[in-house]
This record gives sequence, C-alpha cells and structure tokens, in this order.
Amino acid sequence: MSRIELKNIDKFFGDNHVLRNLNLVIEDGDFMTLLGPSGCGKTTLLRVVAGLEKPQNGTMTIDGVEIINAADALFVEPSKRDLNLVFQSYALWPHMTAYNNVAFGLKIKKIPAAKIEEMVMKSLRLMRIDELKDRYPNELSGGQQQRVAIARAIASEPKLILLDEPLSNLDAKLRIDMRAELKRLHREIGATIIYVTHDQIEALTMSTKIALFEEGCLAQVAPPMELYMNPIDLVAADFIGNPRINFLKGTASYSNEKLHVKINIGEYDFDKEDMTEEPIPEGEFPCVVGLRPEQVYIHTEAVESSIPATIYAGQPAGSETLVTLTVGGQEFLAKEIGLKDYEMGQTVYLEIDPNKLNVYDEKSTRLIKLAV
Amino acid sequence: MANKIKHPLTGKRLKNLILGVVSNPFNMVVFISLILLISLIIVPLFTMLRETVTLAASELRRVDGEIGDFTLYYWKYVFASKLSSAVLWTPLRNSLLIGIFVTAISVPLGSILAWLVVRSDIPGKRLLSMLVIIPYMIPSWCKALSWLAMFRNSRSGHLGFFAGLGINIPDWLAYGPFAIISVMVLHYYAFAYIMVSGSLRSVNSELEEMGEIQGASKLQILKSITMPLVLPSILSAAIMTVSKSVGSYGVAANLGTRIGYFTLATKMKEFINVGPHAVGYVMSILLIVMATGTIFANRLFLGHRRSFETMGGKGTRHTPIPLGMSKYPLLIFIVVFLLVAMVMPLFVLLMETFQKSTGMGYSLDNLTLYNWIGRLEDATWQVDYPGIFRNPEFGRAVWNTLRLTVVASIITAFCGQLLGYISSRGRGKWYGSLTEQLVFIPYLMPGVAFSAIYFAMFAKPSLFGLIPSLYGTFTLIVLVSVVKHFPFASRAGTANMLQIGTELEEAADIAGASFWRRMIRIVIPLAKQGFISGFMLIFISIAKELDLIIIMMTPQTRTMSYLAFQYSRDAMPQMADAISVCVLVFILISYRIANHFGADIGKSWG
Ligand SMILES: Nc1ncnc2c1ncn2[C@@H]1O[C@H](COP(=O)(O)OP(=O)(O)O)[C@@H](O)[C@H]1O
Ligand SMILES: [Mg+2]
Repeated sequence: MSRIELKNIDKFFGDNHVLRNLNLVIEDGDFMTLLGPSGCGKTTLLRVVAGLEKPQNGTMTIDGVEIINAADALFVEPSKRDLNLVFQSYALWPHMTAYNNVAFGLKIKKIPAAKIEEMVMKSLRLMRIDELKDRYPNELSGGQQQRVAIARAIASEPKLILLDEPLSNLDAKLRIDMRAELKRLHREIGATIIYVTHDQIEALTMSTKIALFEEGCLAQVAPPMELYMNPIDLVAADFIGNPRINFLKGTASYSNEKLHVKINIGEYDFDKEDMTEEPIPEGEFPCVVGLRPEQVYIHTEAVESSIPATIYAGQPAGSETLVTLTVGGQEFLAKEIGLKDYEMGQTVYLEIDPNKLNVYDEKSTRLIKLAV
Repeated sequence: MANKIKHPLTGKRLKNLILGVVSNPFNMVVFISLILLISLIIVPLFTMLRETVTLAASELRRVDGEIGDFTLYYWKYVFASKLSSAVLWTPLRNSLLIGIFVTAISVPLGSILAWLVVRSDIPGKRLLSMLVIIPYMIPSWCKALSWLAMFRNSRSGHLGFFAGLGINIPDWLAYGPFAIISVMVLHYYAFAYIMVSGSLRSVNSELEEMGEIQGASKLQILKSITMPLVLPSILSAAIMTVSKSVGSYGVAANLGTRIGYFTLATKMKEFINVGPHAVGYVMSILLIVMATGTIFANRLFLGHRRSFETMGGKGTRHTPIPLGMSKYPLLIFIVVFLLVAMVMPLFVLLMETFQKSTGMGYSLDNLTLYNWIGRLEDATWQVDYPGIFRNPEFGRAVWNTLRLTVVASIITAFCGQLLGYISSRGRGKWYGSLTEQLVFIPYLMPGVAFSAIYFAMFAKPSLFGLIPSLYGTFTLIVLVSVVKHFPFASRAGTANMLQIGTELEEAADIAGASFWRRMIRIVIPLAKQGFISGFMLIFISIAKELDLIIIMMTPQTRTMSYLAFQYSRDAMPQMADAISVCVLVFILISYRIANHFGADIGKSWG
C-alpha cells in the first residue's frame, strides 16, 4: 500500500557528506533491506525517510504524495507520514509498561479506548508477548523488549515500517528465531518494510530486495539471490558472501563476441549473452575472476578436466569444512558440506563450473561477465 | 564536495522555512531562554562596565563634568592614584598570597588523602572517605567562626578557647592571613580530595599491575603511571582552588577586616558599602578577570589532557596497595588531622553556645541554656541580648533563609533542567553551544563580584524604567542566587537530559506527540530523579551562601548566614555560634535527604 520514491537525496552532517545523490524506489509491499558496513549512512537514510533528519537536497514521495522537497524546504512531520520506526536501541519508554508503550501512539490519535485495547492486544498477540503486557521494559529480556518495540511500531497499522538493525542486540540463536518471525510478520500485515542491517545473512534471508550501500552511495539494488550471484563490482563481491569470495587475478580479451579469460587455474571462453552492458577495454586487459568457495568441488582422484591442487590447510567445523588450496602459487578457499579430512600437502583435483564464475574488469572494478 | 547546496529562495520555500521554525515550540523555548540568559548575564555585566566609566553624582565635587559623563576617574583611582596602594596593590597582594598558600597546602593534602583512601590498604576506608569530605559540607564562614572560637584573644572582648586557658594568643594567629589561610585550607583540601579521588577511582589498577609485571617499583609506578593519569585532575583542582580562594569573601572578612587586613574582595565590598560604588565595580571586574584568567589557563593547559579521565572507564578494579609498616602511623596522622581540624573546632563552637562567658571553661556555673532560650529579663549576669530562639531577628532570618533557599532552588533547578535540555538537544548546534557558554559565565565570577554586578544593574531603575530599582528586595536576592547557580544547575540538567535518549522523544514524535506532550509524558517523568538530586544540591549550596548575598542584605532580608556573620562582628560570639550550629544541623539534614535521593556531594560545586 505504499510506494516510496527517493530522488537525489543529499545529506550532510557538517562537512561529512553522508548520503550522496541517492536514488531509490521501494515498491509497495517490498521487504527492502539497506545493507552495508557500519557508518555508511543506512540509519541516516532511514531517519530521512522517517522525517527525523532533513536532507539538504532531494525529494521523496510516498504513493505519489510529496513528503520531502528540500528545494522548497518542505518536510512533512514524521507523524503525518503514516509510518513507524523500530530504533536500534528499541527506545522503549522506561516509565511505561509494555501495554502503555504500545498504546501511547494510539491514545494520541484519539482512538476510542475500547478500540485501543483491541489494537494493542492484537499487536502484542501477534508478537506473542500478550502475557507480558504489564511489565516495564527493564523487566523484559532483550528479545522481549525487541518484540514490544515491534508491537509498538505495528499497532497503528502503518503503511510503512522502518526497522533499524533490530536484531543486532540479540544473541545468535534468538536472532535466527526473530528472522523467521519478521518474515512471517511481513507476510501477515502486508506493509512495506525498510530494514537496515549490516548483517548480510539477515539481508539475504529475509528481503525481497536488497539495496547495497557503499559510503553513502547505492552500489546495487537487486533481489537477494541476484545480488549474491552477481555482485556488481569488486567491493560488493567482497562484501557479500561468507566465507568471502575468492578473487583470482588474470587477463582477459574480447574478440569475435567471445570473452577470453586467462587465470592461474586455466583458460576460459564466455559467450556475449552472459556478459553485462559494461564497456570492455580494447585488447588484452587485467581482470579479476570471482569464484565462490562453495563452487569449488574437491575430488581425491583426477576426473575429466579437473585441476590438480595442493591442500594448504583444512578447517573442519562440523556441518562444513573450509579448505585452503594452492594452485600454481595462487591461494584460495573452498567450502564443502560435511566433515572432510585432508592432509596438509595432499594433492587433490578441483572441478569448477566456468558458468558460475564472475569476471570483473580490474581497472573499473565492474562486473563484465555474469554467473549463470 | 562541500556542504554548499543553495536553493533559490522562492515564496514557497520561504513560507515553509518560516512555518518550520514557528510551528516548533522548541524553537520558541530556545529563543526565550537565550533572551533571558543574555539579559540576566551579559547585560548586567556590561551595565557594570559602563558604570565604571560613567561619572556619578557623589564624585561631582572632585571631578569636573556632569552626571553621566564619560570618565576614567574610577580606573585612575584604583590604578594610578595616591590611594592605589591601599585600594589595590596591598589587597591584591594579600589575595594572591592567600590564593597561593591555600592552594599550595590544600591540594597536596587533599591529593595525598585521596590516594590513601582510594588506593592504599589503610584501615577503615569507608568511614574515612565519609569523614574527610564533611568539612566540605560545612560553610566556610562557619569554619571561620570555629577558628575564632578557638583562637580569639582579648582584642575582640571575648576570649577564645586557648586564650581562656591562659595561653597567650598573638594577633597574627587569631586574625589575618595565617588564620584565613588555615581556615580556607580546611575547606579546599576537601575540594581537592573530591576531584582527585574521583579521577583516582577511574584509573584501572590493572594499569598499575601492568607496571608491576614489567618490574617497576612502587615508587616508579606512582611516579610514571598513576601520577600522569591523575595529574590533570590535580592541576585542575589547584587552578580551581586558586580561583575560588582569591575571590572568596566571608572568611577573609570575618578574620581579616577587624585588624585592617584587606583582600581584594573585602576591599571591594567596602567600596560598595560606602562609595564610590564605581571603584568597587572596577575591583569586581579585576576579581572576575583574575578568576576567569585562572580558569582559562586551566583549559589551555589541560585542554587535550583531560581525556585521560575517561580512560580508566571499563572494569575499574582496585587492588589496594599495601602500605606495610607505615599503615598505622598514617592512619593516626589522618585521625589526628580530622580531630584537630574538624572535631575540636566544632566542639568548641558548639560548647560556646552553652557558655555564659566564652573562654571561661566548661564548669557547670559557666554553662547555661540562656544563649538558646533565655529571656533578657531572666538574665543573671551582664548580657544585652535574649537567647537565640527568643530573638525576633533570628526568627526573621530563619524565615528569610527558608524562603530564599526554597524559592531560589526550585526556580534554579527548573531552569537548570530546561537549560540542560536545550544544551543536550543542541549538542553541536549553535544554540546549544551558545547556551552552554552563556550559562558558564557566572561560574567564572566570585560570588561577591557577581552580586556587585547585580547591584550595579538593579540599584537604580533600569531598562528605561521598565524594571524598578530592586535593591533591598527579596526578589533581587533570589535572582542573584538563581543566576549564580545556573552553571551547576544546567550541568546537572544536561547530564540528566543526556541520559534520556533523544530516540525516546523521536519515538513519541513519530507516534504523533506534540512538543509539549513529549515534555509532559516522556521527558519530565524520566527527568524526575535527576531533578530531585540536582535540586537538593542547589538547595544546600544556596542555604550555605554568604559571599553571594552579602552585598544585597538589608535588615528585612537578612539570612541566617548573614546574621551569624553580623553577630560575630558585633562581638556576640555565642549568638553567632548558635546560628551556625542551626545552619550546620540544617545542612547536614539536607545532605542526608539529598543522599537518600541519590545526590552525590562529590558533584556539588559548593
Ligand atoms: N547526528 C549526527 N551528527 C553528525 N554526524 C552523524 C550523525 N549521525 C550520523 N552521523 C555520521 O554519518 C555517518 C553515517 O552514520 P549512520 O547513518 O549512523 O551509519 P550506519 O547506520 O550505516 O552505521 C557516520 O559517519 C556518522 O558519523
Ligand atoms: Mg546504524
């Protein structure tokens, strides 16, 4: 029920240019995640959308209605934007019970008391904390506080819900539970959600779309799997994926609608249809090939077109095993499911699907060949 | 890419800009506060400055010109006249001497005590740490009375404790610089103690243990690890002590003026009393310049080193450092010090209130309750005043003190929270720093100089007759007390407001709560606790105050502190002592209550 369009947003704190000419469209019903390392301006963007910060430049519309127009000094008040925000700190009012925290905004809206009660209990029940309604925030655990904060944000049924790293203060197990919970919530209430996180697993598992931030600019906006498969530049590729993607340096040249790539572990040809629109340099040029660790298959015997490699070190971790390998002086990481045991220095044979490789122009750092 | 985005000023933009400012009540609150601060702090200061170069009626005989003409007469009077030596140089030398000696003794004393109590394994630390700060709760003018109770000699008609024992007490011991310095040391050592012990507590003992692991001896550790870490706080204690003692009035007046020993502050008061007023104003400017100078020197020296204080921070564990053999001698030293410096003077002071003749011992026939409850007609010996509880002057003073402390501290605490709100929410914005700076100014001024400013401003009608002459009114005394306590109150308010996260308010903002609603429903309920403890500390500080209000006193507005001072000068020591006992009891009870509400005496600036 809510389509948000941000255009040319600039935000400065003093001389610190935090948001740089930012353009972003969030479609109605999206679960849009703003993903990026700490300090890149995600919270700032969220606060701009909420109306808690005024950008120096740019416009924002919600469902076509102008909410921000910096040139006209138009900034609609936060409470008139029909949205709600869950702060990273939760910002629960410590002197009010969970019930009153949720009811506060409804009382201000002059909703009849009976209706307030119904709405508060509905959202408390939705977050499964209705039996905690009379507790004060300091009598609740971190996870419970967080549910109260979300209940407070959804009680008035806003069209847009903003969440700022809501899971970052929870322990690992609770975080996984809450991920599922939030995903279900999005489905149930159908509101548009903007979700801020620096945790790529959260972003990849919950969102319908991810906006990847780099230093106040948007690097890439794409659905999670697309972002994972084809990060648009080297920085994005480096950021997305755990363990990190392997970068193998080599050279490439483009002729006869074919991209020829030469790296330590072999030479590959790619069709034009798998390539991006990026301009390709003339002649032979340095390139970087991105290879996801889970795309490396390790065999103990040679198989067809396999590449011999030496085991440098293995790190078995129960459900998976990370293996560091060397091929001709090039070191890289492979990830295997389950427990595997290798000896140091052992020779193994690698199978790699060339289609799954990303190729980047080293100079422009941009993606030139897609993984398919 | 600098922050230089300029949008053309269209009608629509202008309308929105104006709407944005006007529709936000916070802006109005800031605006009104800034106006008030400027008219309560900056305007009086400039009024006084102007008075020093404006010819007044009383000097027409000596200076050509008309009333209101520009003149340098008063500045010349102070700096370049036959009287300069008596008016300026001697009092200035005396003030500096007092400041330097007080600092040189009290800061090392306080620092050593702090180290012993915080870091060493001296026995009875908890009790000691409470006892050593008690002198700080006692107003310094009470200490001066105690000193007199001990050391008065025949010069003032009533013998003190020692003179009564037949010991010949010379004038230099009873009155003058030695007495003033001793009394002030007993006040300011506790100030240094509070500052240094605070910083010692923040030093993690692991830092010292690291030194020990590296093989440093205890002395080396003290010298090269502990000292550098607490040095900034020792230095600032020193600077603050210089600044405070140079400008302090009560002690110097009570122990100095009766033998003609003047400091800048007491001399200034003299001129404010008998004129020319403007000479007093010139001297008060000098006092302000001196106090300000030392404090800015502090900032200059320590600006970057202050950051040490926060370094201890996390997990400040304290492994006491063993004193070994010297443990008990040191303990005895502290106990003797506390006995001599605190217990005995207070005891003598208290006992004087039960004596018919001071200095005549504690035999039963010299003891009486007359000084408290006696009627003049029942007196069996030569006495010309009734007991304190029968004395209408005392009743009035109690009423004035109560009314002043309650009214002024409530107003101050409220203003402090409001100013704190503005400074905390305006962190890094122009109005936030302007508020902080304006509010800080009264801190730079010695109390007696500060009230001289208000005297200059309000002794005659001001603002073109809009404000009538307030001299002699209760309002003016309240006003002076309120504004002088702004720095502390707003610091307390800022700390209080900072602990209420802005996000709590933003969450209410998003929920649709207006500014006033946010104040009433979110900020005030959360600020209550801090408000009460701030209020109590202000309350106590105003109850102790003498320097600040002495210029404003008239027979109708006298407070207990002033009355005690007055009686002491009028050679009625039992009366003066009885009042100070009342004040002491009142203050100690207030501290007890304040403590109950979580106020920390270490945070008061008394
Ligand atoms: N109120 C503020 N005043 C000044 N600088 C700020 C303020 N809020 C954020 N910043 C700066 O803006 C940058 C982005 O901050 P933020 O949006 O909080 O990043 P993120 O949420 O991605 O970690 C940081 O460099 C931060 O220091
Ligand atoms: Mg953030």
